[in-house]
Amino acid sequence: MNWIGVKSIYLHEMDRMRRTLFQSLISPFISTSLYFVVFGSAIGSRITEIEGISYGSFIVPGMIMLTILTQSISNASFGIFFPKFTNTVYELLAAPLSSIEIILGFVGAAATKSLIIGTIIICTAGLFVDLHIEHPFIMMFFLILTSVTFALFGFLIGIWADNFEKLQLIPILIITPLVFLGGSFYSINMLPEFWQKISLLNPVLYLVSGFRWSFYEIADVSIITSLITILFFLFSCVLIISYTFAKGYKIKN
Amino acid sequence: MSEILQISKVSKIYKNKFQALDNLTLSINEGEIFALLGPNGAGKSTLINTICGILNFDNGDITVNNFDIKKQYREARSLIGIVPQELNLEAFETVWNNVNYSRGLYGKPSNHEYIEKLLKELSLWEKKDNKLRELSGGMKRRVLIAKALSHEPKILFLDEPTASVDVELRKDMWEVVKRLKKNGVTIILTTHYIEEAEEIADRVGIINNGKIILVDEKENLIKKLGQKILKIELVNSIKEIPTDLKNFNLELNQEKNSLTYIYDTKGKNTGITSLLSEIKNLGIQLKDISTEQSSLESIFLNLVKESENELDRG
Repeated sequence: MNWIGVKSIYLHEMDRMRRTLFQSLISPFISTSLYFVVFGSAIGSRITEIEGISYGSFIVPGMIMLTILTQSISNASFGIFFPKFTNTVYELLAAPLSSIEIILGFVGAAATKSLIIGTIIICTAGLFVDLHIEHPFIMMFFLILTSVTFALFGFLIGIWADNFEKLQLIPILIITPLVFLGGSFYSINMLPEFWQKISLLNPVLYLVSGFRWSFYEIADVSIITSLITILFFLFSCVLIISYTFAKGYKIKN
Repeated sequence: MSEILQISKVSKIYKNKFQALDNLTLSINEGEIFALLGPNGAGKSTLINTICGILNFDNGDITVNNFDIKKQYREARSLIGIVPQELNLEAFETVWNNVNYSRGLYGKPSNHEYIEKLLKELSLWEKKDNKLRELSGGMKRRVLIAKALSHEPKILFLDEPTASVDVELRKDMWEVVKRLKKNGVTIILTTHYIEEAEEIADRVGIINNGKIILVDEKENLIKKLGQKILKIELVNSIKEIPTDLKNFNLELNQEKNSLTYIYDTKGKNTGITSLLSEIKNLGIQLKDISTEQSSLESIFLNLVKESENELDRG
């Protein structure tokens, strides 16, 4: 195992965040505050409670999930797309690194960045609402698992994309709608029965639900189902990426 | 001299069905400078990228110091450094960080003394804290060499190392390459510039249509295949080439005071004696006679033309 190589990629990617530190840290702080102003204050004044939890507190897990998902995908996809775009990917391919090591470096850095941002959001949310976490370890477990899984997914998008438009296509057209329609800002019990069933087809619902359970012990689906869903998604991403690297698809052609 | 790189019957077909390498076989000796010449699209860069693991290949075997590049890729790749043709670098990183990053990718722990020595040798030390986008083209090329040497490889691939650099820098690069050879690094370079191969290579390989047409010592190649030019300077200028000399296909210069005769050194009869005898019979007085060895360029062009004719016939 080339651990020094993995560390080099990891630190190299983290350094990219350091170069845009202000933007990286201030942006989640501002967007979280805006969500609280718009959803917490404006809508929250009409919807006071959901399942015994104040609306402001209810939306915190969904808000964190929304950011974790989009940040993990964009960090990892950009991380591998950028060397492809600048043609510096040759040095990754020529180095004595296995595909697993390259993935560990890029995905590890993308997931770390997401976790840092997730922590900032939790801290910012603490300024607006009275936040309590019933199962902090399960919350951390969900947070890490989701960051890693969606960083892997983002990495896959970065390999597939051969222009900036494609890089943005899946996050904008698929991920953001799935997150917004996945119960991030509401409980699916508030929907008509037909739309509740449709919502169950949305994989992001299971992540948001499980994550919210770790905060308040309330969920749209069982915690076990949520865990199985995220683990299934994680292994699917690992398998697809391994196959992609083995074949050299969009990298070695 | 032992062989450090062996390429055996390697083929590579791109997705668009273009055959870039066709059953190519080649061996490189340890410590030599090997120049790979070929026209655009001949397969030079594909060959280099295949050896370095940047491209997959379809058939054949490649070993680096007896390590198979597929099965023992870690050992094989750690012996190789590559300087790509394009000046591809991350714009916002410093020279120092970027070179150290490359070393890390090869699993080598930090060695600031070595990197400092390397940057000084390549005249980059003063620029170590500069961002890569602030460097000139020549300096960027040096950074690429520093990156390729950062993990102390035994083989260095230089893909068109002096493409789009000025004459002064080109000569500077040649010095760098010669110094690396002295340090025991085997160098394989592709080039468009024939004088580059003439100047620094020990052996020359000519590639066309994905096949190696010829490999030989540079001197042998020039000697074996070259034509020579006999330059005859005249005391008095002449109006035109005399009819008796037409069979020799001579060329008269613009000043009308010098004749050029091209002959094949491999031929049994060079025709020099007959030519000089005819000139004497015509009463033309000679001022000076000199010969010139033909350049690699003419050899290269002849071989590529021959290989293309063979393809057409085939």
